[in-house]
Amino acid sequence: MMVDDVVIRTRGLGKKYVIGHKAIGRVPTLRDAIACAASNFGRLTYDLLRGKPLIAGDEFEEFWALRDVDFEIKRGEVVGIIGRNGAGKSTLLKVLSRITEPSEGRVEIRGRVASLLEVGTGFHPELTGRENIFLNGAILGMSRAEIRQKFPEIVAFAEVERFLDTPVKRYSSGMYVRLAFAVAAFLEPEILIIDEVLAVGDAEFQKKSLGKMDDVAKSGKTVLFVSHNMAAIKSLCSSAIYLEDGQVAYQGRTDDALAIYLDRKTKGPPRKDIDVSQDGLKIAQAVISREEGSSEPKYVIEIDFVATCAGSLRECTVNIFSVLGTRIAIVDPRESGSLPFSYGAGQFSLRIEIDSLPFVEGDYQISLWLVTPDFTGLVESVIEFSVERSGGAREFASYSPDLRGHVELAARISII
Amino acid sequence: MFGEGERFLVLAPGRADRHYWGDLWNYRELFVILAWRDVAVQYKQTVIGVAWAVIRPLLTMLVFTSVFGGLAALPSDGGEPYSVMVMAGMLPWFLFSTMLNNGSSSLVQNANLISKVYFPRLIVPVASSCVALVDFAITLLLLAIMFLVFRVVPDWRLLLLPLFVVLAIVAALGPALIMASLNVKYRDFRFIVPFVVQFGLYVSPVGFSSNVIPEEWRLLYSLNPVVGVIDGFRWCLLGNDTPLNVPSFFVSLAVSIIFLWIGISIFRRTEKTFADLV
Repeated sequence: MMVDDVVIRTRGLGKKYVIGHKAIGRVPTLRDAIACAASNFGRLTYDLLRGKPLIAGDEFEEFWALRDVDFEIKRGEVVGIIGRNGAGKSTLLKVLSRITEPSEGRVEIRGRVASLLEVGTGFHPELTGRENIFLNGAILGMSRAEIRQKFPEIVAFAEVERFLDTPVKRYSSGMYVRLAFAVAAFLEPEILIIDEVLAVGDAEFQKKSLGKMDDVAKSGKTVLFVSHNMAAIKSLCSSAIYLEDGQVAYQGRTDDALAIYLDRKTKGPPRKDIDVSQDGLKIAQAVISREEGSSEPKYVIEIDFVATCAGSLRECTVNIFSVLGTRIAIVDPRESGSLPFSYGAGQFSLRIEIDSLPFVEGDYQISLWLVTPDFTGLVESVIEFSVERSGGAREFASYSPDLRGHVELAARISII
Repeated sequence: MFGEGERFLVLAPGRADRHYWGDLWNYRELFVILAWRDVAVQYKQTVIGVAWAVIRPLLTMLVFTSVFGGLAALPSDGGEPYSVMVMAGMLPWFLFSTMLNNGSSSLVQNANLISKVYFPRLIVPVASSCVALVDFAITLLLLAIMFLVFRVVPDWRLLLLPLFVVLAIVAALGPALIMASLNVKYRDFRFIVPFVVQFGLYVSPVGFSSNVIPEEWRLLYSLNPVVGVIDGFRWCLLGNDTPLNVPSFFVSLAVSIIFLWIGISIFRRTEKTFADLV
C-alpha cells in the first residue's frame, strides 16, 4: 500500500468531459435528447442504406481535462498548483475533493480532506450572519460542536460582531467575504485543498488571510493551493506542481516550477473561445494591438463576444495584472456610458483605446470582470501580452525592471 | 468528526464506495442543517408563510367536499362527515406531493453546493423534502380542529399514524429521487413533476374514498402507491368502521418500496456526474 508519509498519491489519473457540438452552452433537455437521437437515427439509417461507414460519436467530442497525472504529496507539504487557465488545475482539485469522479486511474488519499473551492459556498442571503456561520461550517464538514467552540474566533476574525443577527443580504460585499473566509479559515482538516480564494476582499483582509494561510501551512497540515498569485505561491508553498494541458509538466521546488511556468506562459498561443457562463456567453477572441494612427500610436484592446441568447452586459472591466498576479491597472467602461449594453444572440465587440501603456518590460495579463444576468466574476487571462524593451532614443540605460516597478510614468521635468 | 482514526480513501472510476451509508451517517449534522435552512428560508421569504400552509388544504378540502360529497354525493368512509374524510386524505397527499416537488428540484437548486463541495448527495433531496413535514404538522393541527368541531374521536389506531407517515415519506422519496437525478441531466423534467402532481391529485383517492372503486379494480388501483398511504391514514384517523383493504394496501406498499429501491439505485448510479452536469 502506501509509504507511510505519502498522503495523496495519484496514478494515471484522467478526467474526461464530453463536449456536445450541437447544444453549445445550452442545458440539455430530454426534448433535445430525443430530437437528437431521432435525427441521428435517421441519418445513420440513411448512411447505412447508402453504404457509408457509420462513425459513432461525431456529434460529441471528448476532452481530457486531465490525463496521466501522477504525483505524490507527503504529509505536511504545502504544494502550489500552477498552470495556465484550462491546464486542469480546477479539475484536479475537484477530483481530489471528491466533487467529481475520475474517468481513469486512481487516487489514494489518507486523512480527512476539506476543500475550499469558493468562499461562502452555500451562504444564504436570507439567513443571518450567525446562521450562515453554522450552515457554511456544516457544509465544509465541521461538526456543530466544533463550530460552536470556534464561533467567537470566527466572528472576531471576520470583524462582524455587530451584524451577527443581520441577514447577509444586507452585508457589504467586504463583510460578506470576510465572514465567508473566516469560517473556512478555522477548518481543521488533515488535508486542505484551496482554490484561489485569497484573491478576495480588500488589501488588508488579503494580508490577514495570507497570514492565516501561513499559520495553517506551518502547523504541519498538508495543503494544496491553486492560485494565480505567484507571489503568494512563492511565499507559502514548499513545492509546486506545474500542470500543462492536463498533465504534470513539473513537480518539485517552487522556484523551479515558477521559472518553468513563467517561461512557457508567455509563449502560448492567443486564447480563443473562452466560455464565460453556462448560458452561452463566450469570448470568441481577445487581442491587444498597437495601432499607428495619424498622430500618436495608441493601444487597442478588442474583445469579441458571442452570445447564444440575449442578455445584458452590466459591467465589463478590464483589469491588468502582472505576471506574478499583482493588479496594476484598470479600465472601467461604466464611466463611458456604454454600459449596460443589451445584446441579442450573435456577436458583439468591445473596443477600448488606450492612449499610452507605459509599462515596464515584462509579461502581463488582462482579466475581465464581467457582470451579466447569469454571471458575475473575473474571467482570467483573457489576453496575455509582453511589453518589450522599447529601444527608443534613450540616452541612458534603463534601470533593471525589478527596480522600476510596473509603470514608468511619462513626465516633463525641470529643476530650478 | 469521523472519530475512527485516519481515513484511507481510494477514488477510481465506477468504484462503489464502501463507506456510502457510513458517510451518510457522518454527515447527519449537515442533513439537519440543510433541512433547517430550507424550513427557515421558506418561512422567512413568503409573506403569508404559515397562512399559506393553512389556506391551501382548507380551500382544497372545501372544493372537494362540495364537488365529490355534495354534487356527486359519494359516500364517506365509516360514517364520518365527508369533509373530515377528505382532510384525512389530503394530509398524506400534500405530504407526498410537496416532498416530490421539493425533492425533485433540489439538486438543481443546490447546484452551487454540489459543484463546490463534497458531501453525500443523497442529503440534498431528502433534506429539502423535509420542509413538507412542517406543512404536514400544520395540516395535522387543522385536522385536529376539525375533529373537535365534528366530535370525531379516533381510537387506538391513531398510535399507528407515525408508521403511515413513514410510509408516505417512503412513497414520495422513490419518485423524488428518480426525478431529481433525471432533472440534473434533462432540465425539462421540472415540467413533468407539476403535471404528475396535478394528475395524481385526481387519480388518488383524495377527494373520495377508495371504497367507491369497484372491488375487481381495487388491486390494479393500488399500483398507485399513494392509494395505500391514504387508505392507511384514513384507517388510522377515522372511526372504527373504516376498513383497510389489506391486499391492496400491501400492493401499494410493495410498489412504494420498489420505487424507493429504483430511486436510490438511479441516484447512486448518476450522483458522481452531478457536479459535471448541474
